[in-house]
Amino acid sequence: MEIRKEYFADERQDDLHEIGQSRPRSDLPGHVTGKTNYFADRTFPGLTHLKMVRSPHHHANIRSIDTSEAEKHPGVIRVLTAKDVPHNVYTILILIQVGPEDETVLADRKVSWKGQAVVAVVATSERAAQEAAAKVRIDYEVLPAVFDMLEALKPDAPEVNEHHPGNYYHYDSGDHRKVRFGDIDAGFAMADHILEQTYHSSPIEQAPAETTGCIVTPDGNDRFTCYTNTQAMFFTLDNTSIILQMPGHKLHMVGGTVGGGFGGKVDVIVEPIAILAAKLTNRPVSFIYSREEEMQISSPRAAETIILRDGVMNDGRLVARKVTGYTDAGAFSRHSPYGAQKGAAHYPGPYTVPNVWIDTYCVYTNRTPSSAMRGFGVTIADFALEVQMDKLARLIGMDPLEFRFINAYRDGDIKAHRQPTEGAALIECMQEASRVANWPVAEKYMAMSSRGREA
Amino acid sequence: MARVPVQFTLNGEERAEFIESGTTLLHALRDTMGDTSPKGGCQQGTCGACSVIVDGELRLSCLTLAQTCEGAAIETTAGLAAGGVLHPLQRAIMDGFAAQCGFCTPGMIMAAKALLDHTPNPTREDVIEAISGNVCRCTGYEPIIAAVLAAARSNSQNAG
Ligand code: FES
Ligand code: FES
Repeated sequence: MEIRKEYFADERQDDLHEIGQSRPRSDLPGHVTGKTNYFADRTFPGLTHLKMVRSPHHHANIRSIDTSEAEKHPGVIRVLTAKDVPHNVYTILILIQVGPEDETVLADRKVSWKGQAVVAVVATSERAAQEAAAKVRIDYEVLPAVFDMLEALKPDAPEVNEHHPGNYYHYDSGDHRKVRFGDIDAGFAMADHILEQTYHSSPIEQAPAETTGCIVTPDGNDRFTCYTNTQAMFFTLDNTSIILQMPGHKLHMVGGTVGGGFGGKVDVIVEPIAILAAKLTNRPVSFIYSREEEMQISSPRAAETIILRDGVMNDGRLVARKVTGYTDAGAFSRHSPYGAQKGAAHYPGPYTVPNVWIDTYCVYTNRTPSSAMRGFGVTIADFALEVQMDKLARLIGMDPLEFRFINAYRDGDIKAHRQPTEGAALIECMQEASRVANWPVAEKYMAMSSRGREA
Repeated sequence: MARVPVQFTLNGEERAEFIESGTTLLHALRDTMGDTSPKGGCQQGTCGACSVIVDGELRLSCLTLAQTCEGAAIETTAGLAAGGVLHPLQRAIMDGFAAQCGFCTPGMIMAAKALLDHTPNPTREDVIEAISGNVCRCTGYEPIIAAVLAAARSNSQNAG
């Protein structure tokens, strides 16, 4: 590693002791000897296994559920349905007042995506649980489904989720998040060129090496210990407390080394039902996703559609940027209303644009619920923004790196969200990138600074 | 389901246990023998996290029935630093930061050890081929490849 000390040299005392030093990772001795303890590296006497019966339909009403054959299957201890769950409809971010509660722990009247949990089977072996799950009979009335966000927003689209009429998240600002800055129409009117492009992304699965899961033991005093690989211990504790209507001190959540998460383990999905199963059976319960469940059932990164309309001058100045962003939450909110809002806060990117208009929507479809993944809400936004920047540079015949220097934000610039820019370092990063990548730019760009504009 | 006896050596130690007939070697090691160093990432032979060495050959323990290992010599990562001295592969992975979450690491080490046991001075291509059945989602393969090559070098220095 190389530290380039010439940048911001007057702002720094050269008393850094750790940066630039290589230090052994404290967890590596455990990893290389196989001693690191992951949640599933435990066995308990009498351990039982939970398997989930899931909807085979994207959208359907449930007419009836018959668990009688499953209950008779050898090895089965208990079959759980919605009526066993004390507070069956929840949403993770209710903890920070992002409601409404919109998702079932176990579906009762309706399923809204293919894979939605309906019935949980607990048995003495994984195999018995699997076989019994196959004997649960559910009678569905299949409903029309919608998989495209713009289709879902049409007035006659099927209603994905009764808690979100119109198939969009109802923010306190209305059907979307919005940012208005300057005069967008005046910006487009003065522009030498206007470029409008639409960008689409697919859902992306985090695909951790270790699948999502937990093991729960009843402690014998109406307390439960839950060994989990959650990335969000307190979300899990508090949501489980709400769902099971149990005070938090009854729940002992034990984390540890997570075998990869990437955002895929922040939802509260396996723990509440496994703890409930342990409570109702008084046995230790293991609920671990199969690889297929990890890939198909756990929330992926949301699909997004982003429409960028930009006005640019021949001299390289961006004078107008209009963004319309759609985030596909799938059937339930999980973290997506927050992701869509993050997008609104992130545009127009690290550039100073005098006239900005941003609308971002969180849309419900009959797809697998999406949630967190590495920079959700901004990663796909940046993909769209930076591809657009290259296209704009090409449109006016300018070097794409020089084009970014011209528009880069600097300290003191007022952002579209009415916040002054502080601590910007884009110019300096691009100067170094220009050097390292051997992509020369004109000397005037190498003389720029994030700390102020040249006279 | 019938319970059946199995007997094999695990990291040099004689082990004899009763298991359910049809149990995979992965489950037998983890649930019955107390060796949780092989990991179950897919249970279907696609990730390599469960890799172990059976009679000198690399095997996916999730696709191997424990009963077929009767009398075999089984090696896992848990036995690699017996006596407290780390194997060059373990050292090289630590020195090269070739693990992050660590879930793939025990399987990766077994795949690499199987290679070095047969091919003490592998080429980069040999290493890539040897770990091609082992998925790592975190680290990126370059540090792992570099660590295996470094381990091979330190091995041959020790030998020479
Ligand atoms: S668990 Fe054996 S290959 Fe994945
Ligand atoms: S270190 Fe996490 S999968 Fe390899």
